[in-house]
Amino acid sequence: MAQYLVPIWTGLLAFAVLYYVVFDGFDLGVGILHGFASDEAARRVMMNSVAPVWDGNETWLVFGGVGLLAAFPLAFAIMIPAVYFPILIMLLALVFRGVAFEFRFKQPSLRKFWDRAFCGGSAVATFAQGAVLGAYIQGFKVEGRRFIGTSFDWVTPFALLTGLALMFGYGLLGAGWLVLKTEGALQQWSRRAGRRCLVAMLIAILAVSIWTPLADADIARRWFSWPNIALLAPVPLATALIAAVEWYALKGESERLPFFGAVALFVLSFLGIGISLWPMIVPHRYSIWQAASSPSTQGFLLVGTLCLVPVILAYTAWSYWVFRGKVHDNGGPSSVGALTHLAMQSSHQTAVERTE
Amino acid sequence: MTARYPALRCHDGQEAQTLHSIHVVTLDPTWLSRLQWSWVIAWHILLPAFTVGLASYIAVLEGFYFFTSREIWLRISRFWTKIFAISFGMGVVSGIIMPYQMGTNWSRFTDATADVLSPLLAYEGLTAFFLEASFLGVLLFGRKLLPRWAFYIAALMVAFGTLLSSFWILSTNSWMQTPQGYTIVAGRFEPADWLAIIFNPSFPYRLMHNVTAFYVTTGFVVLGVGAYLVRRAKSPDEGRLMVKMALNLLIVLVPLQMVLGDLHGMNTLKYQPAKLAAIEGRYDTLRPAPLTLFGMPDDGAEVMHHAIQVPKLGSLILTHSWNGEIQGLKAWPRDQRPPVAAPFFAFRIMVAIACIMLLIVIIGQFLRRGGRVYTSAWFLRLCQWCSPLGFVAVIAGWTTTEVGRQPWTVYNLLRTTDSVTPSLTGTDVAISLALYMVVYLIMFPTGITLMAILVRRGPESGNLEPASIESGRSGLPFKTEP
Repeated sequence: MAQYLVPIWTGLLAFAVLYYVVFDGFDLGVGILHGFASDEAARRVMMNSVAPVWDGNETWLVFGGVGLLAAFPLAFAIMIPAVYFPILIMLLALVFRGVAFEFRFKQPSLRKFWDRAFCGGSAVATFAQGAVLGAYIQGFKVEGRRFIGTSFDWVTPFALLTGLALMFGYGLLGAGWLVLKTEGALQQWSRRAGRRCLVAMLIAILAVSIWTPLADADIARRWFSWPNIALLAPVPLATALIAAVEWYALKGESERLPFFGAVALFVLSFLGIGISLWPMIVPHRYSIWQAASSPSTQGFLLVGTLCLVPVILAYTAWSYWVFRGKVHDNGGPSSVGALTHLAMQSSHQTAVERTE
Repeated sequence: MTARYPALRCHDGQEAQTLHSIHVVTLDPTWLSRLQWSWVIAWHILLPAFTVGLASYIAVLEGFYFFTSREIWLRISRFWTKIFAISFGMGVVSGIIMPYQMGTNWSRFTDATADVLSPLLAYEGLTAFFLEASFLGVLLFGRKLLPRWAFYIAALMVAFGTLLSSFWILSTNSWMQTPQGYTIVAGRFEPADWLAIIFNPSFPYRLMHNVTAFYVTTGFVVLGVGAYLVRRAKSPDEGRLMVKMALNLLIVLVPLQMVLGDLHGMNTLKYQPAKLAAIEGRYDTLRPAPLTLFGMPDDGAEVMHHAIQVPKLGSLILTHSWNGEIQGLKAWPRDQRPPVAAPFFAFRIMVAIACIMLLIVIIGQFLRRGGRVYTSAWFLRLCQWCSPLGFVAVIAGWTTTEVGRQPWTVYNLLRTTDSVTPSLTGTDVAISLALYMVVYLIMFPTGITLMAILVRRGPESGNLEPASIESGRSGLPFKTEP
């Protein structure tokens, strides 16, 4: 059993990080797009489309961090100090955008400020996460069990590129979510915004894919040596294919495909990074086996995790199901037909009662 | 100079001896990291202190509504749920910061203890955070989407989640204070017995003392808000019910808390006698020992100036005997003693607040017997003023226990100075601390103001006019399938 613990934890942690990136990714993306929305009604709908789910999503950031700490404490103790400032900036930005959900509606006099906090906080948090990713891929200065660089080592052109890339990536996820949850003019607007983000994200993926093998001989060998090149070729090919599908989904009528296409792009990019770094968890330095905590620690936590994660996923799914369907705005004039208008009136009543 | 301003450490020790010389000073990352930790945790702990109690209170209100169907329970529950939403949101965002602090500023502590402590933190996330976050969404937005029993269960789940969170995080903190169930392998703690780790000696006392403190804190907030609503006579029925419920709860919990505090103190005497000596302000070991009511501790000279003492009482309280021995701090080498001033004064603040609280609830019960509690303007006003007392007591108690366990992060095993991240410079931490200060000083006053506005508005009277929508969030209908 003990020899399986490390791979199992690697898989679980990869799942937690990917889950976080996709789910908090879309609500951070909605936050970024929020800043570009044309009017108050659109901003309200955008915010409300993520209001019931964002804190559940953000909880995975805690789980991802604590999971890394529990399963690979050495990686945590080296990596987190190395990205001291990106982590600080991310946390503070998340504070601002988090409280903006409550404060924006309850403090109309400062609505502009909290709108900016919501958009700016989402954008800065996303950039910081991307910079952490970039710094991580490049690796850290390590001696023994310690990070020995400075708190500004992370500032490199590559980390700035990954920071920007993630902003467009989350923007795409957010746009996909809005296509799913809204209709009419806002949905059309989201499709346009999504296409712009898609183009920028693809350019960034391409840049990273060229940059990393050039900068790092190990990564080049991983991808371009025989037979890896044949075995791994499906990853970039699938990425190209899904990018094309995503483009047409955003242009066309499909309401679901844009979101799930964006998720697929993230899964593939994540897979690509995983292939480049495997099996190192502190790049160039410690493998997943060297950085692992004791079997007793991993085993003790695994029991609970395997019991509880399915339960968590089940009730998370249930809470998404409770809030399924389109989000409407009851404030402004309705541009939809009479029938929908009637339906909206009855649900308007519901909403008002729910306020109490 | 170094002793009085620990943040400023002189480059040249010799130079520091000479007065009037120019010192080159740098910022000390350890001391600043401690300050930063205190800053973020002190603000954060105010929120669990309130939300743990409030979640249970809301669950009780929803229970009464579910079983009696009386609208007044619903109105009170809705009122508190809105306030809960704000405080819980602030609790989530300030809580996410905490585990990352351990990595950013305390990476050597983290590396040394992760194998033992990280599963406890992870279990907190798994069992509590997800439960709270998911069911909170339902509690805030789901009332009309769900049958009443399901909504009641959601309220229970949120309350249960907050208690689970207290369980795990206090177990973690207690292990740092009274570690057991580990072995040390190559300078790192490794788990040997999980039950011993979780249920370490100080944990049961700390858990009971804290959770009761959280309930008492919330009780005083509910009492103060209820008193305000009665005085203002806009929602007097709801106010009266709040005052009544709070007084009934507090007359049990405040005395209970004093007993639990005493038990917790006995536990500290057994496992952390140096902390207890600091709390007592005792430098010399004495038998019998007096109780020092007040004084000015001086760690350098190892004396308590201007001490006001009651003979033998210290022995009686701590050892439950007239002639028990109390160890003084001189029994430990200087580099293993906590500073006295912070735990000494913080402890006295906490005890003083407990006495004021007891007085208030006793007066409240007397007035209720005479049927005058809702008409005594002075008493209602007193309740209003005293509503933040619990928070002060929580911070004071936390200061007592955390400064009192210095200079250790893992008691007697790992020093605070050996816990800090080695790559950090003083400037790094000074920048981050300044940013945390700015952000918290925006966020917390805003949140408190908004909660005060909700209190001023009071419970709404079942009037479903659209004008009553103040949260855009809830104003938006999510289309539901018929």
